[in-house]
Order: sequence, then structure tokens, then C-alpha cells
Amino acid sequence: MARSRSLTKTPNPSIRSAPQQPSKPLTANTLSLTPAQIEAFGKEMDAIRERVLGDLGQRDADYIRDIVKLQRGLEIAGRAMLQFGWLPPAFVGGVAALGASKILDNMEIGHNVMHGQYDWMQDPQLNSRKYDWDTACPADQWRHSHNVMHHTYTNVLGVDRDVGYGLLRMDENQPWHPIFLANPVFAFLLASLFQYGVALHDAEFDRILSGERPLSEAMPLLKGIWKKTRGQWLKDYALFPLLAGPGAPITFVGNAMANLVRNYWTFTIIFCGHFPADVQTFDKSTLANETRGQWYLRQLLGSANIEGGKWFHIFSGNLSHQIEHHLFPDLPAHRYAEMSVEVRKVCEKFGLPYNTGSLRKQFGSVVAKIFKLALPPRSAMLPVTA
Amino acid sequence: MNPSILSNLDRVLTSPLVAALTAPYGVDRFLEPFNPMWSATQVRGRIEAVQRQTRDSVTITVRPNRHWQGFVAGQYARIEVEIDGVRRSRCYSLASAAPGRDGAVEFTIKQQDGGLVSTFLYAYAQVGMVLGLSQAEGEFVLPESPTTPLLLVAGGSGITPVMSMLRTLDGRVSSAPVSMLYYVRTAADAIYGDELAALFARHASWQLRVIHTRDGGSHFSPAHVDALVADLAAVDTYVCGPAALIDALIALSAERGCEARLRHERFTAPVSTAVIDPNTVSGELRFIRSERLATNDGRSLLDQAEAAGLRPEAGCRMGICHSCTCRKTSGVVRDLRSGKLSSDGEEDIQICVSAAVGDVTLDL
Ligand SMILES: Cc1cc2nc3c(=O)[nH]c(=O)nc-3n(C[C@H](O)[C@H](O)[C@H](O)COP(=O)(O)OP(=O)(O)OC[C@H]3O[C@@H](n4cnc5c(N)ncnc54)[C@H](O)[C@@H]3O)c2cc1C
Ligand code: FES
Repeated sequence: MARSRSLTKTPNPSIRSAPQQPSKPLTANTLSLTPAQIEAFGKEMDAIRERVLGDLGQRDADYIRDIVKLQRGLEIAGRAMLQFGWLPPAFVGGVAALGASKILDNMEIGHNVMHGQYDWMQDPQLNSRKYDWDTACPADQWRHSHNVMHHTYTNVLGVDRDVGYGLLRMDENQPWHPIFLANPVFAFLLASLFQYGVALHDAEFDRILSGERPLSEAMPLLKGIWKKTRGQWLKDYALFPLLAGPGAPITFVGNAMANLVRNYWTFTIIFCGHFPADVQTFDKSTLANETRGQWYLRQLLGSANIEGGKWFHIFSGNLSHQIEHHLFPDLPAHRYAEMSVEVRKVCEKFGLPYNTGSLRKQFGSVVAKIFKLALPPRSAMLPVTA
Repeated sequence: MNPSILSNLDRVLTSPLVAALTAPYGVDRFLEPFNPMWSATQVRGRIEAVQRQTRDSVTITVRPNRHWQGFVAGQYARIEVEIDGVRRSRCYSLASAAPGRDGAVEFTIKQQDGGLVSTFLYAYAQVGMVLGLSQAEGEFVLPESPTTPLLLVAGGSGITPVMSMLRTLDGRVSSAPVSMLYYVRTAADAIYGDELAALFARHASWQLRVIHTRDGGSHFSPAHVDALVADLAAVDTYVCGPAALIDALIALSAERGCEARLRHERFTAPVSTAVIDPNTVSGELRFIRSERLATNDGRSLLDQAEAAGLRPEAGCRMGICHSCTCRKTSGVVRDLRSGKLSSDGEEDIQICVSAAVGDVTLDL
């Protein structure tokens, strides 16, 4: 397969002898990199990182505090309007404001703060280990499944559980099974219930259902999820509706809609990060003795950007700069835009692909993939090795 | 505002209902972005007055919010400020009269060359600025109602806790006799110089000697003490100032067999003066929570903590996930990626990409 073979010119014997499945044609560009060039590429990435690290200061602190202020303001406004949800404009405004607040909290604030992007500020409220977000997933579990598993092992099949979330077939190298005929249905369900999908991620719920993982092992995690979810439900589906008195059902519906809006939006952005066409996946053997340069290269080849304006980037938590986020996961995300200019230049210099496109293009290709991979591979006659 | 309204408000703000409504953040996160003084739990203070008594010091009057619990004369509080986006906190002695439960409190900060927080406060302290505060802490305090005569010795900015003691005693009906030695470079460097003169003039049994070390006077000598008090063993002595002054008094009272009656406050930790060479591997690692000690072998702190039998949280082991972040309470570390050295104060570090340069203490 193209993905790991693109790295096979390294002196790493385990990579060279990797069992390889044909999937996408090799990109001549990545093949032409020598090990020395890969390390040189890594050095350039390190240099970009150091430059921004040395420049962090008041500007970044002010930025994130302004976003927090905006989010809190939106939340207060949204909750207040939904108390009067029987007035149609208040209902629409309330759902929009509360949905926007949850999106900002989950993406530009929660996701990024929990990556440790603002730990250098030494502010307990913006500290990766202390932050908790407005979603069903407990912060500590997410930090493990996301920061450790997904970011360290990005797009490595069988290790990075973000590939299809253990539910969908998102890569040709995942063996096909008739159940995947429902791939589009699963995808729609996952999008609708995305916060619970994310919450159950670390507990590896799919593996519990399939009997691979004993329930007892996941019990402490499930308890944590229940505790967090209960708090979320209490607030969104009991207390705030009750405060609205006779308007309770309307507030209830409004809160549910705000959560739904957030679920669809986060699903869309996150699926555009790693699943558009031409994003590469990797074989487990890539990990053996992987150098820093190779790690950077895998992050680049395994991620895709979405183009858009300032507010689009803010409301996508700057995950629209997924490539930069994967190269520099712990640098403040609002810096990715300026860093992307340099990253692109370096990619051009080394003849490396830089996967970017409009939301329509990227999401369109994700949807196409969801449908295409629902069907058995054309080469289904060949035995599929898992 | 009426204090009972405020305490009722606090009761509401800290109720389980409000906690459930503001979950998972907590109510402070809705109040603070709009006004840091509104915190439902944290102590904050607003600067009410700024005065520059000497060339290199600034005296600030701070009104703490309702969470401040007051202090005992001689104690300090940590002041937290944000400098270029980073929160920094340092200890400063309270200089005003105790207990100061509702009223404003006073600090005097001497600007240290190359010092981050003192220089910041010296340059930027202004009316209206909000500071983070801790509750008062410290053991350098007067007894409830001192009856034995007191000897107070201060050097330079070490006057601050002593000033609080004097102002507190001044407010009492009767007080034990007080003798005081105050070392300053020149008359112009004497913080609280005029107020001290007035204070001592008011009390017949109080005597003050100010020594200008760069203007005719000398540094500490036992003769200065003997000129003021007949018997060092018969007084309670309090000293605060430069390390040399404190060490000299410790030596003197040891010599006279009355160490138990001496109390001191250091503004700086006794530091090792040895220049650290980042290329040699030396020092000890102290894991304070688990009470283990290891000899630094130069590997990452994570590797060494694991070798010492600890199981710190960790994930990527390459500096990207921040799972291994832990509090360093002292010592210098080198970033294994960039080679950069850290400062030697308390801060959070990622132990998988940090190696110790000399002694390092971790909260592990
Ligand atoms: C209990 C207690 C009470 C205190 N009370 C007071 C008080 O009332 N008033 C007061 O003014 N201070 C007080 N201090 C001292 C205060 O806490 C700070 O240590 C002091 O203000 C210096 O902090 P800083 O951030 O300015 O310096 P830091 O940046 O922390 O530097 C610490 C010291 O290192 C020196 N330094 C820094 N960088 C360099 C460099 N590159 N080269 C050489 N030297 C360098 C600085 O000059 C400074 O002296 C107290 C300390 C304690 C522990
Ligand atoms: S273990 Fe991931 S940052 Fe240290």
C-alpha cells in the first residue's frame, strides 16, 4: 500500500518487510524522499514549532480569554432565551446561541485547552488537566483516547481508534463485512449522537459488544461516563426546563436541538480531518522505530485541511487546520493559520502533498467514501487479510 | 454592599443547584470572565492606592474581596499577576495592621533587578488593577498579646512584616517594650522612614535605631544589639532581611544560648551558588509525594521516575499529549527537544521530555 511504502525507503527493516495491501496508487512525491530528507523535513517542522513557542505571550492569552468570554456570553444568552422558548424568535435565537456556545466550548476551547495548548499560561482555568467541557465525554477519558491514542498513532490501522470510531468502515484496508452495507446509516446515527460516540470511545464499546473486551475492564470508564452524562442531562433536560415553568417542554426541545446542532457540526469537521480522499493510513509496522521526522511525515500525510474564513476556523476549533494541528498539537490553535503558510512552503520544497479544499469538497469526499466503502471491495475475489 | 446580602449571595452561588446549572464549569467561570473580583470562591484584591516611597519600591493598598479571612501581623500572602500571558505568583508580607479582616491591606514591593514580578508591579501597579491573592500564611508572627520585651531587626525590604507588627502593637492599649534595629543603605532608601519616626515618638518604652550602611553606618554587629537591649536572652527577637543579616543573628543567639527566642523570615530560599553545567549529569531527584529519592542519571524524568518504581501518568512519551505534566517544585530542567533550560521556580513541566540539571524536586 502506498501509505507505508512511502516510508519504506527508511533504514527501518520492520517497515520494509511490512505486509502490504494494495489500496491507492503510490504518490511519486512521497516515494522520492530519502531518510535524510525525511529528517530534514522534521527539522524544518521543529524550527516552525520553536519559533511559535518562543513567541507565545499576551496575544495568545488575550485571544483565548476573549473566546471564553464569548462562549460564556453565548451560553448565558442562549439559556436565557430558551426560558422564553414559546416566543418563536427567542426559540430560534436560543438554540442558535446555545448551540454556538457548545460548539465553541467543545472545539476552540475544550479540545484545544485539553491538548495543553495553554498550559504555559499557568492558569488553572485553562489547564489541560483541570478543564472539563460541556459534553457527555469525561475530560480525562478523552485526553487518553484522543491525545494519546489518536495523536500519537494517527491513522495507524488497528491502533488509532479514530479510524471509523470502531463503527464505520472508513478505510479500504478495513476488511469488509455485510454489516457495513449499513455504513451510511451508522454514519448518520453516529453524527446525531456524536457526543455519546465520543464518550464511549475510550471504553471501546464496540469491542465490548463484540465480546473482545470484558465488560468488567471497561466498568470504571463506563461509570465515569455515566456520572458525566447524568450531570449533562440534569442540567439540559431537567433543571433548565423546570426553571421555565409551563414552558418546560419547549426549553427541553430547545436544549436537545442545541446539542444536536453541535453533534452534526463537530462530526462534520472531525470527519473532514482524516477521511477525505487521498488521506493516507498506515500499517502498524510504521510505528516500529519511527523517527521524529517520520512521525511528522505521517501526521502530514494522514490529515486534511478545510479552507474557510476567520469565523469558520474559530467555530471549527481551528481543526480546519488539521494538518497543522497534527504536526503541532500542543501549540495554540489560533496560530495554525499563520503556521500553515510556512508548512505549505516546506511541503512544496520537499514535493510533499498538502491536502486541503473547501468544506463542500472535503465533506463531499467523506460522504462518498462512506457510501463507497459500504460495498465490498471490487477486488473482493482476492482474500482479504485483516 | 450590605455584607449579609453578599453572604446570602455566596450561599446561593455555592449551592448544589447553581453547581448543577453551571456544570461542568462551576459558577466562577461565568462570573470571572466579566469581573475577576466577582469570584465566588477565590481571593482577589483591587489596588486602591499606589505610592512610591523610595526610588526602587512601590507601596500598594489592596482591598481584598469578601473571601479574604484576615491575617496575623508578620504573615504574608501570595500575589498573582499575569505577565505576558503567564500567571506568576510571589510571596509578599502584609505591612498593614492586623487583622485587617474587611479593610484594605498594604504591601511594599522592592524592585529587584532582573526580577519578574517585582519589576512588573513596580512599573505597572495602578489603581483599579486586580491581583490574585492567597489567604495569609506564615509562622513569623507575634504572640497573641506579647508581654516580654521585643527586639525587632529589619534590613531593607525586610521592614514589611515588622511594619505590620509595629502598626498592630501601636493600636493596642498597652504593649511590651519594643526595641528596633533597621538597616538601610541611605536615609533615602528607608521604606516607612517617616512613619517609623512618628510611631516610636509616640511610645515612651519604644526605641528605634536606623543604621545607614552606605552612609556612615556599618553592617550588623553584635554591638548594635547590645546598645539597645541589655540581655538578648531576655527578649523575643524577630529578624527579617538579607540572608547575611539573618545568619548573623542566628549565630549571635546561638552563641548566647537563646536560639529558641529568635524568629526569622527569609525572602529568598537559601540558594546554592554553584553554577550549573547543563552538560554534566549530577544532582538528586526528589519525588515528594511518594517520598522517594533517586540519583539523577540524565535520562528523562519520566524514565527515572519509573525506574524509581513510580507509575506517573504518561502517554505519548514524546511531548505531545501532556498526560505526563507534573508540578516541579524546585530545580532546573532541560527540554530534551530544544535543549532549553527552565527557570528554577515552581512550574508545570512535561516529564517525558525533561531531564534534570542538578537537583530537582517533583510533586510525584
Ligand atoms: C515569606 C516571604 C515574604 C516576602 N515578602 C516580601 C516583601 O514584603 N516585599 C518584597 O519586596 N519582597 C518580598 N518577598 C520576596 C518576593 O517574594 C520575591 O521573591 C521578590 O519580589 C523577587 O521576585 P521577582 O519575581 O521580582 O524575581 P524573580 O524573577 O523571581 O527572581 C528572583 C531573584 O533572582 C534575581 N534574578 C532574576 N533573574 C536574574 C538574572 N537573570 N540574573 C541574576 N539574578 C536574577 C532577581 O533579582 C531576584 O532577586 C518575600 C518572600 C518571601 C518568601
Ligand atoms: S507522555 Fe505525552 S507529553 Fe509526556
